[in-house]
Formats: sequence, C-alpha cells, structure tokens
Amino acid sequence: MDSIGQGFWDAWGLIISLDPDLYEIIFLSLQVTVSAVIIASVIGLPMGAWLAVNRFWSRRYVIAVLNALMGLPPVVVGLFVYMLLSRAGPLGGFGLLFSPSAMIIAQVIIITPLIASISHQTIRDLWAEYHDLLISMNATRTQRITALLWDGKRALLTATLAGFGRAIGEVGAIMIVGGNIEHATRVLTTAIALETGKGNFAFAMGLGLVLIVLAVIINLLIHIIGKTERASTW
Amino acid sequence: MVSILPLEMKAATASMRGKKLVGPVNFTLETKGFTIVVGPNGAGKTTFLRLMHGLQRCAGGQMNWAVPADEAQQKQAFVFQSPIMMRRSVVDSLAYPLRLRGVGKAEARTQARECAARFGIGPLLESWAPMLSGGEKQKLSLARALIIKPEVLFLDEPCANIDGRATREIETLLKTAQAAGTRIVMSTHDMGQARRLGEDIVFMLKGMVHEHSPAEMFFSTPLTAEAKAFTNGDIVE
Ligand SMILES: Nc1ncnc2c1ncn2[C@@H]1O[C@H](COP(=O)(O)OP(=O)(O)O)[C@@H](O)[C@H]1O
Ligand SMILES: [Mg+2]
Repeated sequence: MDSIGQGFWDAWGLIISLDPDLYEIIFLSLQVTVSAVIIASVIGLPMGAWLAVNRFWSRRYVIAVLNALMGLPPVVVGLFVYMLLSRAGPLGGFGLLFSPSAMIIAQVIIITPLIASISHQTIRDLWAEYHDLLISMNATRTQRITALLWDGKRALLTATLAGFGRAIGEVGAIMIVGGNIEHATRVLTTAIALETGKGNFAFAMGLGLVLIVLAVIINLLIHIIGKTERASTW
Repeated sequence: MVSILPLEMKAATASMRGKKLVGPVNFTLETKGFTIVVGPNGAGKTTFLRLMHGLQRCAGGQMNWAVPADEAQQKQAFVFQSPIMMRRSVVDSLAYPLRLRGVGKAEARTQARECAARFGIGPLLESWAPMLSGGEKQKLSLARALIIKPEVLFLDEPCANIDGRATREIETLLKTAQAAGTRIVMSTHDMGQARRLGEDIVFMLKGMVHEHSPAEMFFSTPLTAEAKAFTNGDIVE
C-alpha cells in the first residue's frame, strides 16, 4: 500500500519537474500514435465511405474481412510486421525494424480496420438518409462521397479518436517491432511494462498517469462531439 | 432556352424486385399546367412521381423528355413527403444545390440568403436544418428545390405532415413559383388542396393512371365510377 502512495508522489514529482526521460517518452508516444492515426484516417475514412456507397459483388466479403481484422490480436500484428521488416523479410532492405517507423506501420495495421469500419457504419446510415436527395440533385459520385464525409464529420472524428485511444494504449505489437530501445523506440506502454518489471514504480506510475489523462481527454472529446451531434450548431 | 417538356410516357412501368408497382402508363406531361396526382394510399402516386423524376428506373415501355435524359435531369427538382434535411445550417442547405452546380461559395450564400427571405425562412438562416419544425423543414425543402430554378418541380404530398398555416404558406409559394414559370406536378390526399391548386388531375388506382382530366371536369363529371366515388369521399380500393 505504502509503495503505491510513494510511487504516486514520486510520479507527480517527475511530471512537474519536467523530467527529460519522461517527456521524451511521452513525446515519442504522441509522435508515433498521431502519425499512425493520420495515416490510418487517410486510408480508412474514404475506404469506409467508398464501401458504403458502392455496390459490388465482393463488398460483403471486404466488410467481413474488415471486421475480422478489427479483432486481430495486436501481438500477431506485431509478429507479422516483424517478419515483414526483419533482415530476411520482403521489406527487410529498408532497415525499418526497431525504428519508430516500424511502430507506426504496426499501429496503422491495427487501427485502420477500426477506423474504416466505424466510417463505413456512419456513412452507410447517412447515405440511407441522403440517398434520394443526392440522386435527385444529380450529385456526382465524388460530390456524394464529399457530402457524406463532410456531414458525417463529427462521427468520423469520433472514429479517429477511437483509433487514437486504441493505438496509444497498445503494447504488444509495439514491443515486438520497436524493441523498446531507450531514447529510440521507448514509448509510454512499453516503458510501463519495463519499469514495472524492474520494480521502478514511480516512473511506471508517472507514465501511467499520463496515459490515463490522455484516455480521459479522448473520451471527454468523444462525449462532447456526441453532444454537439444531437444539439448541433457547427 | 429549349424546354425539357413535354414528357412522353408510353406503356412505362416501374417495378421492384420483379414486382410491378406502377404501369403500364401512357401519359403526357404537357408544357403548361399544374398537375395534381390523387388516389388512395398505395395507388402508386409516389412511385409515379419518382418514375418521372428518374429516381425510379423505367423498367418497361418508354419515357422521353423533349431533350436527352441527363439534360432533362438538370432542370428538375423533387420535394419529398418527409423532408430530407442535410446536417447543415439552413443557409448551407440552401447553398448546397448551387455549390453542386459549381457556383462559388460566397455567391451561393448570397443567393441562399435572398431565397430564404422569399420563402419566409429568413430568420432561420443560421439554424441547424434537422432541428427545424415540420413546416419549416418543408419550406426549406421547397426553397432548396426552387433555388436552382428548375423547369419542372415534383412534390410528393408535401403537406401531409404539416399544419394548416404552413400548408397555406406552401400553397402560396407554389402559386408564385408557377407564375414564375415552374411546371408543377404534385401528389396530395387532400381533395381541398387538389381543388385549390389543380389545373389537371391525374387519378391513380392500383398502379395505373385511371383518369387524367382538366380539374373542373374531374370534379364535376368524372369519367369513371371509381373517380366519382373517390371525389365523393367514398372509400376506393
Ligand atoms: N420500395 C418498395 N418495395 C416494394 N414495394 C413498394 C415499394 N415502394 C412502394 N411499394 C408498393 O408500391 C405500391 C405503390 O406505392 P406508392 O407509390 O407509395 O403509393 P402511394 O404514394 O399512392 O401511397 C404500393 O403497393 C406499395 O406497397
Ligand atoms: Mg405516397
């Protein structure tokens, strides 16, 4: 009990004293995850919209695969990316293994299906609502997708935040492909795992607090966006 | 400017998954007039309007505008029975059809403001369209349909879900639009409204155009027993 209280106060100390090691880790975490979220959104949002407004024979299979990918254990994604990027792997020549790029790739694979799937549901519902109007107004295919993405922007923002939440808290895949190397690929989650193992609770807790704060902020944002959705003015 | 009218339909049908919903219909939409489509529930009024507008595919027979179909499509608008509100403000909803046609943002908003004023929704410009009352939504739908100055306007029971006052306002707006040269085709289940607005009446029954006559004739001396019963307010199936 006492060690928890002590760890908490020590963690506070590290945070408010702007401990450079702590902030380096926080900064890398944000850098990796924000990059992954941007890439995954650029792929996933239009992909979901496209799946929602186009009918083609394999559509159901693509959606089924997407949903299956959403349930992929991150550790397996990590293993997969590891094999791709390792010296002997097909992409080994780029020398990306144990770099932030490798972690971004793994996170993109983990959250793109999530973002595409939420985007697909959102756009599908909005398309059902708008269908007759947009057809009646002669909107081109591109104009339709643009209108749906724009008018669904709140729900889509929620999708990207959900992706952020999933990616920032992910540990398995990141550990495998990043290697948790100090000053290079050590991020919040991998550092917590390591410091806890070493019995260095203050540092682990400081990192944990930051993760919790990030999670709370994200869920608050999702909640606020949901409220403006219902009583909207923007 | 070349008119898209008349619209000629020869044995045109509309079907859904192999089941015929409307037709075969022989019908000409003439260049002048105010056409009212009446008939009991399920007679095919909505499907008929959607067929003419191109929202429902013509499954059999022929349907020809005076100009190629894609050109004709550009000069029509449709007002739905339950208004489809985009998740935008009133002014942005009104500007949208103009933006689709390549009008610049500032110009589209200016026109939207003028249009809103004409349709009595000027004070609601910045309101969120899905939050409007039923009558306001339908006025916005009408304004949004007319802002592109269509040659033909279809309306599917636009007053079915709104109160008397909003209905009167819509009727006045429709007469103004007609005076400005818009060809109107509207379905209704309100016989009073059919009498007030109709110049020619299409009476539908069981997916067929049962009768098409000038309004005075339809209401005074209907051609068929079913039309007579319908105008008398009897139940027709
Ligand atoms: N999407 C649809 N699928 C199957 N049947 C339909 C569909 N839409 C309309 N119908 C049927 O077509 C007929 C005509 O419907 P509708 O055009 O809505 O009539 P009205 O507008 O006169 O009430 C009805 O029998 C209705 O059940
Ligand atoms: Mg109907």
